[in-house]
Amino acid sequence: MSDDRARLTTTVNGTRYERDVEARMLLADFIRHDLGLTGTHVGCEHGVCGACTILVDGVPVRSCLMFAAQANGCALTTVEGLAPAPDRLHPLQEAFRDAHGLQCGFCTPGILMTMKAFLAENANPSEAEIREALSGNLCRCTGYQHIVDAVKLAAERTR
Amino acid sequence: MKPARFRYVAAESIEHALAAKAEQGDDAKFLAGGQSLVPAMNFRLAQPATLIDLNPLRDLDYVRTGAGGALRIGALTRHRTIERDALVATHAPLLHEAAPHVAHPQIRNRGTLCGNLAHADPASEFPAAVLALGGRLRARSRRGERWIDARDFFRGVFTTALAPDELLAEVELPALAARTGTCFLEVARRRGDYALVGVAATVTLGADGKVATARVALCNAGAMPVVVAASDLDAAAEEVRRTIDPPENVHATAAFRRHLAGVLTRRALQTAAERAGR
Repeated sequence: MSDDRARLTTTVNGTRYERDVEARMLLADFIRHDLGLTGTHVGCEHGVCGACTILVDGVPVRSCLMFAAQANGCALTTVEGLAPAPDRLHPLQEAFRDAHGLQCGFCTPGILMTMKAFLAENANPSEAEIREALSGNLCRCTGYQHIVDAVKLAAERTR
Repeated sequence: MKPARFRYVAAESIEHALAAKAEQGDDAKFLAGGQSLVPAMNFRLAQPATLIDLNPLRDLDYVRTGAGGALRIGALTRHRTIERDALVATHAPLLHEAAPHVAHPQIRNRGTLCGNLAHADPASEFPAAVLALGGRLRARSRRGERWIDARDFFRGVFTTALAPDELLAEVELPALAARTGTCFLEVARRRGDYALVGVAATVTLGADGKVATARVALCNAGAMPVVVAASDLDAAAEEVRRTIDPPENVHATAAFRRHLAGVLTRRALQTAAERAGR
């Protein structure tokens, strides 16, 4: 293997992948282009917008600020891994639909992944805590109010 | 795929990482949290030939107490740990109070304290906090190790005292003196943005309950974190207004930042003095 490449073994949504990648391949691009999981969106590509947020070993991170090679040995969860079955939605996804928590939907995958980890840590959050937890995800459509409502609804339903 | 090509080295041990850096010098960069380095690479502002990834070295992720109650924080300790760790909250409450102001939760899950300090962004909160606490920094290289006082570490915008073969391996913060209180305050346009100005303050009271020493370190007040010491709170605020050279841009004028720095200095010192008296 030439030295600007790296060997990578990672688990994404429960499926194990082994790949040979360019060292400079961003994790977000690896997920979208190599694995075809295009639910993870790429917005700013410098860590500001939060659209590419995924879970790395359960922790929300910007996948545009990690290299694919760094995910070696990690378990990743993307938005495709949220729903329990192809014909069912995750409670967060249901709440976003019911409370109109999205318009164009571009930012939604990153928000869902951020909120999944947030609600796992804090099952009964205040509105201020929800807004703080959402601070790293930009939405240009909704003004955030319906997103906050959706997170509250999801928290209520899953408590 | 935005960054330029580079060679990726996953560190197998700290010795392996230091040997790789010694061989490559400035052509190689250590990769810790990557939350400043990777954006710079995505913009191709940074094009290192080699990245030495420290993340496999899990034993560099620690918070522990050492001699005399000093707090020691390792090269891979993340901002999220600084924000949540009980030892940090009790031994370095100033650092703990500054942490939520650093970017957003997702960034804090990856970013590291040592990486932040080595990056030496004058707008960042942690260099000011470490300066206000009188911390010192352990630099390691294949040649050995040395301790650098925080006052001597920051040399300018994105510039530190680290040599091309050195790794910032650890931060040590001395135990707070008796009757000492601290406070971190900043004003930012939006939550998680860089501060227009931020102030890290420490105050120690004398046996008579009056202020004996007051120290502030400011972020985004010049090319480096600015440190001002005084024995009087109003004098400290006046000295801050007089000496800082803050940036001027679309977010705020230099005059507004200077005014803000004075107000925040006075408030932070007052709060630190009240906490010292408890």
